[in-house]
Amino acid sequence: MKVDVVELYEIRKAIHPRDVHGWFAAWRWLLVWATQLVFYGAAWLPWNGRQAVLFDIAHRKFYIFGLVFWPQDIIYLTVLLIIAALSLFLFTAVAGRLWCGYACPQTVYTEIFMWIERRIEGDRNARIKLDASGLSLKKFILKAEKHGIWAALALWTGFTFVGYFTPIRELGAEVLALRTGPWETFWILFYGFATYGNAGWMREQVCLHMCPYARFQSAMFDKDTMIITYDGARGEPRGKGAGRSDQRGDCVDCSICVQVCPTGIDIRDGLQYQCIGCAACIDGCDQVMQKVGRPKGLIRYSTERALEGKATRILRPRVLIYAAILAGIVLAAGAGLWLRVPLKVDVIRDRAAISREVEGGLVENVYRLQVMNTTERARSYEVAVAGLPAGALASEPRVHVGATDSRMVPVRVRADRALAGQGTHDIVFSIRAVDDENVAVQEKSVFIVR
Amino acid sequence: MSEFTSSFWDYFVGVITLVSIAACGLLLWMQSTHRASGSETSGHVWDEDIREYNNPLPRWWMWLFYLTIAFGFLYLLLYPGLGSFKGTLGWSQITQLEEENAQAQAAFGPMYERFAAKDVVALSKDPEALAAGQKLFLNNCAQCHASDGGGSRGFPNLTDRDWLWGGTPEAIKASITGGRTGVMPPMGEALGGQGVKDMRHYLMQLSGNAYDSIRAAYGREKFVVCAACHGADGKGNPALGAPNLTDKIWLHGSGEEIAETIARGRTNQMPAHKDLLSPSKIHLLTAYVYSLSAK
Repeated sequence: MKVDVVELYEIRKAIHPRDVHGWFAAWRWLLVWATQLVFYGAAWLPWNGRQAVLFDIAHRKFYIFGLVFWPQDIIYLTVLLIIAALSLFLFTAVAGRLWCGYACPQTVYTEIFMWIERRIEGDRNARIKLDASGLSLKKFILKAEKHGIWAALALWTGFTFVGYFTPIRELGAEVLALRTGPWETFWILFYGFATYGNAGWMREQVCLHMCPYARFQSAMFDKDTMIITYDGARGEPRGKGAGRSDQRGDCVDCSICVQVCPTGIDIRDGLQYQCIGCAACIDGCDQVMQKVGRPKGLIRYSTERALEGKATRILRPRVLIYAAILAGIVLAAGAGLWLRVPLKVDVIRDRAAISREVEGGLVENVYRLQVMNTTERARSYEVAVAGLPAGALASEPRVHVGATDSRMVPVRVRADRALAGQGTHDIVFSIRAVDDENVAVQEKSVFIVR
Repeated sequence: MSEFTSSFWDYFVGVITLVSIAACGLLLWMQSTHRASGSETSGHVWDEDIREYNNPLPRWWMWLFYLTIAFGFLYLLLYPGLGSFKGTLGWSQITQLEEENAQAQAAFGPMYERFAAKDVVALSKDPEALAAGQKLFLNNCAQCHASDGGGSRGFPNLTDRDWLWGGTPEAIKASITGGRTGVMPPMGEALGGQGVKDMRHYLMQLSGNAYDSIRAAYGREKFVVCAACHGADGKGNPALGAPNLTDKIWLHGSGEEIAETIARGRTNQMPAHKDLLSPSKIHLLTAYVYSLSAK
């Protein structure tokens, strides 16, 4: 019996994807521009004298244009994540790994980094030659140039990222003066390093070995899911060169589809978990088919069922259920945001002094109202109490709270012992903005007569 | 704890920890290559025909494993974690708390210093000082005196003009700083059962409530023992914390509780805050409390 020593950890084989142009590559570039204009640009937009999009963790205020979210609004973040997850499920069930192929930051930044790489080192063949050659001054300069530009872009990305958590203009001044705070420095460098490492070095390794979504998305796949397929019936038997005859299939075995693949697979072997659905092989193959005068689409978006010669069903239970849940949550979230009252109130009963006597046979209870004004202008509110026979507020009913500020207001409620009767009474505080009666909140509490 | 344990266990745990981490590294090193018999699968079979491929992991993944081992050793060197070894950084929960306190002091210290430079009466009219003072009050005083300072049975109302120990800024500051202990001695034996009831009627007369004039007159005869603290006119003595008996404010209740107070006495305590709050915070609190009744 033959016994070999096997390495259980293999060194990554470098992939040198060939440049590709075409319909799907254009779509990818469109999404690169769309997502990155938003990412690099939105941090610089002003809004009412502040940064339009700012997540102020120190003060726990999260600004998105006209909206100000407080930690109590965490439900909206939850809903956003649920919407994101369900959209992913829906898109994947219908059209496979659309997210991976076009919009995932890993794909987007890899695309940008590869573009820089091509501009400096040349296309696939030039890069293979360069990497195989020994160290020379020319190689050193090219590599230094590439890594220098990568690092600059990565640092700018890290800077932009941190600019969403600390005002980016002030951060820019701090960076220029080299006096960023320890955490700002750490996150700029860390996010920059992650960008540089993932888009420059790790690339397909992220998709193959790190990404959890890549591994569980097969749960959303079925025979009607669009995938990138090689039409074996049309292409085989493959063959190249002058020896081609009519018995040969359309595949000229030019291996362009393999050369352009960012994960280094051969799509002609069928659907593989490594395929991120970027459609580079479709663009590559279509160009070759055009040159050899054959119809496009030897490699194309199709479904397993279509390849069997049957009709693809798009509206199937899985798709309808994902779509229905998604639509429901989007509607609910939209309505929730639309109806959101920019005022929050918590009522905290005094616990030690439960109930006290005051002159005239009256009983008094004390509460703290935490009044949170989530608008960006100072406001006055009117406090009232209901639900208590002959009970009334015995303290100042008018409360003034500054812009995006909160105040703890002690409030006294007084009732006639004889009329209210001994025991616990349910009461309701209503707090209403003086200048807008729609900005009103009701909070329950109890009144105790001892 | 040290009486019950010996340092043997510190070394015991420390050695086990270090040996385990090192063993992980050794295992990783020994397992990074293996002798395969030409077979592609691991040899394990589940559910009759499911086999596991022996596909190699990426090499960088192996370096991550070694990195975690290096991190483990570094962490145990820098931070407490290995037996009783304190770590070279000297970090502990106590030092972290002290650091955070120092940061808070640096952040808020200047504000308190600014307030401390003004006198109490001026501060009691400064809205910014009152807002800060209210926060101190809600955190430190409201548990007993209620959130509005109105008190409850046994805990004085701070919003009226009736002060047991005086309502001047100096007296309020002294009450907060050093605390107060008010003692009413039990008079039940001295007065006798009937005497206590008579005295209650006299107190009702003093404070302008309904009373029985004959019994109040008996009570009045014996009031001389009370006058030592409460004064001959019953208006109290702030130096002793003896309450004014001629108003309608009864800290411990205005009904039968009065007889109980006379018979059994009361001991009431306001705790000292000089060890809990800095002098500048007490200064600010004094101004807030002063403002409650100065309206």
